[in-house]
Amino acid sequence: MMDAVEKPVVNWGILFKDSVIAAIIAFGLFALMLGLKTDQALNNQMVLVGRPGLLAAVVGLVFVARLMTGYWQASRAGRIAPAKKTSSSAMMLKIEKFGLPVAVGFLVAYPIFVLATAGPQGAIKWIDNFGIQILIYIMLGWGLNIVVGLAGLLDLGYVAFYAVGAYSYALLASSEPIKEFMAQLIGEGFWQVWAFWICLPVAGILAAFWGVLLGFPVLRLRGDYLAIVTLAFGEIIRLVLINWVDFSNGYAGISSIPRPSFFGTPFTAGEDGFAAKFGLEFSPIYRTIFLFYVILALALVTAAVSMRLRRLPVGRAWEALREDEIACRSLGINTVNTKLTAFAIGAMFGGFAGAFFAARQGFISPESFVFLESAQILAIVVLGGMGSLLGVVIASILLVGGVEVLRELDFLKLYFGDGFDPAQYRMLIFGICMVLMMLWKPRGLISAREPTVFLKEKKVVSSDLVKEGHG
Amino acid sequence: MRAKSDPILKVENLTMRFGGLVAVNDLSFVAGRGDITALIGPNGAGKTTVFNCITGFYKPTTGRMALRHGNIDIEAHVETLTDTPRDSLKGEGGSLFLLERMPDFEVSARAKVARTFQNIRLFSGMTVLENLMVAQHNPLMVASNWTLGGLIGLPGFKKRENEAIETAKYWLEKTKLIDRADDPAGDLPYGDQRRLEIARALCTDPVLLCLDEPAAGLNPKESAELNALLRSVCKDHGTSVLLIEHDMSVVMEISDHVVVLDYGTKISDGTPDEVKSDPRVIAAYLGAEDEAEVEKIEAEVGL
Repeated sequence: MMDAVEKPVVNWGILFKDSVIAAIIAFGLFALMLGLKTDQALNNQMVLVGRPGLLAAVVGLVFVARLMTGYWQASRAGRIAPAKKTSSSAMMLKIEKFGLPVAVGFLVAYPIFVLATAGPQGAIKWIDNFGIQILIYIMLGWGLNIVVGLAGLLDLGYVAFYAVGAYSYALLASSEPIKEFMAQLIGEGFWQVWAFWICLPVAGILAAFWGVLLGFPVLRLRGDYLAIVTLAFGEIIRLVLINWVDFSNGYAGISSIPRPSFFGTPFTAGEDGFAAKFGLEFSPIYRTIFLFYVILALALVTAAVSMRLRRLPVGRAWEALREDEIACRSLGINTVNTKLTAFAIGAMFGGFAGAFFAARQGFISPESFVFLESAQILAIVVLGGMGSLLGVVIASILLVGGVEVLRELDFLKLYFGDGFDPAQYRMLIFGICMVLMMLWKPRGLISAREPTVFLKEKKVVSSDLVKEGHG
Repeated sequence: MRAKSDPILKVENLTMRFGGLVAVNDLSFVAGRGDITALIGPNGAGKTTVFNCITGFYKPTTGRMALRHGNIDIEAHVETLTDTPRDSLKGEGGSLFLLERMPDFEVSARAKVARTFQNIRLFSGMTVLENLMVAQHNPLMVASNWTLGGLIGLPGFKKRENEAIETAKYWLEKTKLIDRADDPAGDLPYGDQRRLEIARALCTDPVLLCLDEPAAGLNPKESAELNALLRSVCKDHGTSVLLIEHDMSVVMEISDHVVVLDYGTKISDGTPDEVKSDPRVIAAYLGAEDEAEVEKIEAEVGL
């Protein structure tokens, strides 16, 4: 009996017929679109050029693809799915448990490793474009995970808090009155050096404040309506930054934002600089490495706090809210406060990341805070698996690192000609990947939920039971 | 039946209108402390609406619902409280709450009225134990210093959390769910889910437990176990129970006091035996037009 179940039964006749039908449909669809091409003849007349080879190739491809998917489906149907599912999700949690320390260790060693292999010149690209860029998105993903993954509130305007954090730091750090005030109070040059470390918590608090401000009007909204209002909120913040020129300098943005110092020692070439003080030869790589460790630390704090919050009553209340809001209220949970704390804490981490972003770039403008950023952060959370920390890491590496990798594929020009830029295809590839993910793993890469408390044995909760939230 | 001598909840002139529809019409009744009070009636009689009003999910159109903790005299204080804009009053021997003035979560958190739902509302993606921990949210929140103390790992929170786990274990043993404590709530069979919802409500440490059709979908054995559980909740914990139920074997066996609703109006109120023999109740359930017809039907069925 077991053998009969395990061995796939493939009806080749039906499969072949199916594939032929698919090929015929493909021919019908593509005969005019691909089979014929309008071209300009020498006498400026339009002529039709037949492309039978291309048409045949496409139709053949469809035929083969249909045959293969049909075979794959037939061979899959025989297997017993549920048992395998739970064991694989349990394995994923195990990976999460052991994978996290390994990943952290790898990240700590990463800049040194890159520096040793690529040298100071080549290492900047690897640490900055791959390391720092991905870590910013990991941090944003972990921050949004609190709102979307735990509390189940679909937030399409998360980039607004990123912008609030970035502009808070940029405006405060480059503000002349504050600089003068600090100069009088403590001494010349103090603000330039310490601005980042003082403004970082301020940026987080301001973002949290805006999170609460957004939270209040949208508390009654659910699902699609909540998503639309948060989306609008993100756009409002961006449009205000564009149009309120006196405040934010509009499209031109804010430049010469003070860069972070090594706890008081700036990364400059002069006497007091980091390199001179530590007896090293001056190189911009030290700042990059330092920035890498700063964002790594910020991201790890985000992870540690959200992991801890999950095990506290407020975190359980968030998850309960995602599961059933009415039941929460019947148990005496103030859902208004619970939602607001989720918004505020999520926004706070967005604000931290924003302040770091401004400090790293040295220049910000509203162009950096478009809706596509929100969508990308949300995609990272959804792709990673809602509520999973490791999932967000994997998704960030795939989505952000993937785009960077596309830029590196110069050898493709050999095959496709000089004009070919693989990075231009990132949205197409991104879209295809998302569609495939939704088919293959609709609840994200790591979809099982780990319980926050247990009596005897920690059993993972399969994603079929975990709700996505409705508001 | 302690509705007169030792009341816990006094509902007066409760009316709930949805547009032109009067779901509950001028309903008054008293539930006694430590009693099991059953609210029965044909489908659509307005029983669940009454529950939603008591637990704050609906704001009643008119009416007053006074609940007491301790031995404060309801009659003596309720008028004073009604004249103030406040929702509760602390007097000698206890406190008095006006439920219609409180939002739903405060009815549970402060007035200590817990409820279950007709269509089970568990946190299905959380484990059984987690469900019971969420029910103890408010005391745990205080113990964690509104998250700050818990975040930095103060020992007070850990201790309180262990106590919460002990409370959860106690109710899990009572409801015979202890072996499934670490399973997701959504994986439990239907009868277990019903009991878990009751256990979860009990974890909020209620003075009044409102159960909306707890025996629906249970087999006779499970239903008998439920009776025993509810009896024990009343006897051993002094929790009063308000119950909506269609299963007459449950109602007649365990309730001390029965209130019958029909079309939103109270048609009978008394001990199970009194209600059973009330002609208006029989008419409502059997669908008779008037007294004469009821007598005819009674003769036919041999009552």
